[in-house]
Amino acid sequence: MLDLKGYGPSLMEGALVTIELALLSLVLAVSLGLLGASAKLSSNRILHGIATTYTTVIRGVPDLVMMLLFYYGGQVLVNNLSDYLYEAYDIDWFFQFDPFISGVLTIGLIFGAYMTETFRGAFLAVPIGQIEAAKAYGFTRWHTFRRVMFPQMLRHALPGIGNNWQVLLKTTALVSIIGLTDMVRVAEEASKAERAPFMFFIPVAFVYLALTAGSEGFIRWLDKRANVGVVQGD
Amino acid sequence: MPDFLFQWLNQNEIFTATTIVHYWDGLVTTVQLVFLSLLLGLLMAVPLAIMRTAKPVWVSGPVWLYTYLFRGTPLLIQLYIIYYGIAQIEGIQQTFWWTIFKEPFYPALLAFTLNTAAYTTEIIRGAIVATPYGEIEAAKAYGMSWALRMRRIVLPSAARRAVQAYSNEVIFMLHASAIASVVTIVDLTGAARNIYSRFYAPFDAFIAVAVLYMILTFILVYTFRKLEQHLLRHQRPIGS
Repeated sequence: MLDLKGYGPSLMEGALVTIELALLSLVLAVSLGLLGASAKLSSNRILHGIATTYTTVIRGVPDLVMMLLFYYGGQVLVNNLSDYLYEAYDIDWFFQFDPFISGVLTIGLIFGAYMTETFRGAFLAVPIGQIEAAKAYGFTRWHTFRRVMFPQMLRHALPGIGNNWQVLLKTTALVSIIGLTDMVRVAEEASKAERAPFMFFIPVAFVYLALTAGSEGFIRWLDKRANVGVVQGD
Repeated sequence: MPDFLFQWLNQNEIFTATTIVHYWDGLVTTVQLVFLSLLLGLLMAVPLAIMRTAKPVWVSGPVWLYTYLFRGTPLLIQLYIIYYGIAQIEGIQQTFWWTIFKEPFYPALLAFTLNTAAYTTEIIRGAIVATPYGEIEAAKAYGMSWALRMRRIVLPSAARRAVQAYSNEVIFMLHASAIASVVTIVDLTGAARNIYSRFYAPFDAFIAVAVLYMILTFILVYTFRKLEQHLLRHQRPIGS
């Protein structure tokens, strides 16, 4: 019924690359988001300034431009560093900046900025009395974060994380432009070779739809779990 | 021109008059593409949003499917399907449509318009659904017909609620338009890619264009903040 002219397996492999890329970027984005939110909420003005610059710059620049800058610029930086190391210290070191790494770095960095805003709002939504209570019990700062702030923050952050994840998933398609063989790239090459764009792009579009629909269900389930014990009005 | 700027322009090899003109052409293309697709998308979205809130499923269902498909798939895929797909339609190369669609600008405009219309439809739908019921009741009590109610009460009040979410969509569209460079359009990003490959200077080429996009973004943010203040001025606290 679905004739992919033998491109089926490579499309499947491409889909796996897409999922891997999205998950790794998500891990990086969540870590950066937590760091960024902590920096934005800290009383240290330098940290606050760095985090604010980070989120402002990221939200002002298109993701594709950022990706091209990282991919091409990253390689130039590595080349220069490699030359310098060889000339100064006689160390023969080289590193090929591949599209996958640039993709994870760029998408992680971009969505780290959005996650920063999500986590910042969520941390602010934790009632101050909870933190005071933790202090009164003699909790250390780490303990307060882990036992009191983090679990309560997560409930407020989940809808935002979910939205960011849905956008992130679709942004991974851009990495095909810098040459990563994800499913978009495979579909593009196949449709050029077979002169049949609909035959390859429409199944790929449906894989994306299935991924977004599936993660929507998963997020709803997580949200339900995180909100156990919260009385909700209707 | 300030002296230091003059000297700097004279000394560097990349930002010469030729490349600056190249960037300028790219800027014009980007602005045209984004402005036209937003305008057409908004014109499509208003009736679609009204249909989406209609009770009969045969009216709201197709609109739901359209927004679901276009919001659930990457814009890049939509662009590829339209750009590569149009040329494959039987016999199109003999009609006058081909003179329009053989330029990459128009398939890209179509893809961007359909994409932004889907997102905007959902934004406006959300705003329509959130109309306080009292406003509708009051309009009914005045004997307004459905069309008059829509025009005088529901849509203006929905516009106020939608403007903030819509400003995000506009910025998203500006940033998304960078992918037009993939289908050989020389927009801002396309210009940067050309200049990069000519001079092999990624930092100069892409940072310059990133700064331009940032300036455009801040202009949009500022404009929308002013528009929002204007639309919501009746909600300002007294004395401010």
